[in-house]
Amino acid sequence: MIRLAQVHKSFGTNDVLRGVDLDVARGESMVVIGGSGTGKSVLIKCILGLVAPDSGTITVDGQDVTRVPRDAFLARFGMLFQGAALFDSLPVWQNVAFRLLRGRLKRPRTEARAIAIAKLRRVGLDADVADRLPAELSGGMQKRVGLARAIAADPEVIFFDEPTTGLDPIMAGVINALIREIVTEMGATAITITHDMTSVRAIADRVAMLHRGKVRWCGPVGDIDAATDPYLDQFIHGRADGPIETLR
Amino acid sequence: MIRLVAALGAAVLAGLAGLGRLALFTAQTLSHLARPPFYPREFGHALVQIGYNSLPVVGLTALFTGGALALQIYAGGARFSAEAVVPQIVAIGMVRELGPVLVGLMIAARVTSSIAAEIATMKVTEQIDALVTLSTHPMKYLTLPRVLAATLVMPVLVAVGDTIGIFGGFIVGTERLGFNATTYLKNTVDFLEARDVASSLVKGAAFGFIAALMGCYFGMTSARGAMGVGRATKGAVVAAAVLILAANLILTEAFFAL
Ligand SMILES: Nc1ncnc2c1ncn2[C@@H]1O[C@H](COP(=O)(O)OP(=O)(O)O)[C@@H](O)[C@H]1O
Ligand SMILES: [Mg+2]
Repeated sequence: MIRLAQVHKSFGTNDVLRGVDLDVARGESMVVIGGSGTGKSVLIKCILGLVAPDSGTITVDGQDVTRVPRDAFLARFGMLFQGAALFDSLPVWQNVAFRLLRGRLKRPRTEARAIAIAKLRRVGLDADVADRLPAELSGGMQKRVGLARAIAADPEVIFFDEPTTGLDPIMAGVINALIREIVTEMGATAITITHDMTSVRAIADRVAMLHRGKVRWCGPVGDIDAATDPYLDQFIHGRADGPIETLR
Repeated sequence: MIRLVAALGAAVLAGLAGLGRLALFTAQTLSHLARPPFYPREFGHALVQIGYNSLPVVGLTALFTGGALALQIYAGGARFSAEAVVPQIVAIGMVRELGPVLVGLMIAARVTSSIAAEIATMKVTEQIDALVTLSTHPMKYLTLPRVLAATLVMPVLVAVGDTIGIFGGFIVGTERLGFNATTYLKNTVDFLEARDVASSLVKGAAFGFIAALMGCYFGMTSARGAMGVGRATKGAVVAAAVLILAANLILTEAFFAL
């Protein structure tokens, strides 16, 4: 469904993506792993058109993402940003219901609010946070509000950028289960970025590892332990020694 | 020498490129005037923020300036026994120049800075990206409401500033300089022409447009990090102030050059 072919992106002299090839099938949960700063967030932003690749092609359902009508295209996607990216001038429920309060998916305010509260409950937040401002919440709570906002309009394709970073282990488990559920029950296609190997095992159908601007390894989650790739092996076991250079 | 020319050339080219980007940004902003969806709630919010909430600072600035102007004209006029022109010159000075310029600069300080800092922070914390993924055009949702609100509400602010400025002169004139209240007001009203008032309001609209546009432009193009936000805010205020003064000269020329 989503296909990246030879995608390159540099910021000045910083070559972040150097020929990424990736295929994600409809209804599949793809997890992207890789060291911080390897361009995982940039990769997702390229798919959404938030960052323009320097070269290469990205297609969704066979259509080049730079040539499709933007509104209809974006209406199919949900995105959780790494830093949550909540609108700090709006109360929590209006953040979650943002899409339902304006534009083509607009609904009556009371209905939008009810949906927002239901989505907040799904990410483990009480109805009483609904009227608070994002700045009054902890980082982990903001992340969950961002998650609720990403799924509020029941999108076909959802991107989660580090959904469990900053959460306690129990809440991380809840969020992992939620993401899995969204994919299996709603049939959504998901790309999740994470460093957390528990999340990888809970969420992924397939795993892609990004290293030095390319997909270093890609395969079913069941294969990661048996894989012989030394880079992957070092990453999933969190070893300091290995082919991935660390500065010390 | 060659190096100097090259550096100069590069600076000029960079300046032109910046102007080009700004022109493009302006054209894009205006093009959204004709294309729905519109965001009336954002527009209303901007009207209150830019217009209503600026009234105290506009009022105080105008009041003090009008008063000081009256004192200066009286002192200057006394040198050739022309003290009596205080009401007329205060009126002209406030309405034609000081009202619009001072209100414009105060708005650049108060509104441009806050718009730039807010939008730059949104950019840096990926809120602008989030808007896009939620199918909301940032120019429509953030830029247009602010620019439109500032353009429409600034003439009102300038009219308020002109009036309060004249009132400041009136207070000083009647309390300190011994003018008769009725004569002062009559002289003011009789002397002002429709063209004076029109120029004041047109300047207001132009300065409001510039102030909000600069805030949005520098905010939207902010570099990453807290330093990026700081630089965007500073750049926006400086650009707005300089452009307001330049526009003032051009508009004065257009209205009053013989
Ligand atoms: N808008 C941008 N401008 C300049 N550099 C950027 C930008 N976005 C990302 N980068 C750089 O790209 C690299 C990859 O960033 P990112 O995708 O956020 O990494 P991660 O894999 O941790 O998500 C980093 O070196 C970052 O500094
Ligand atoms: Mg990232």
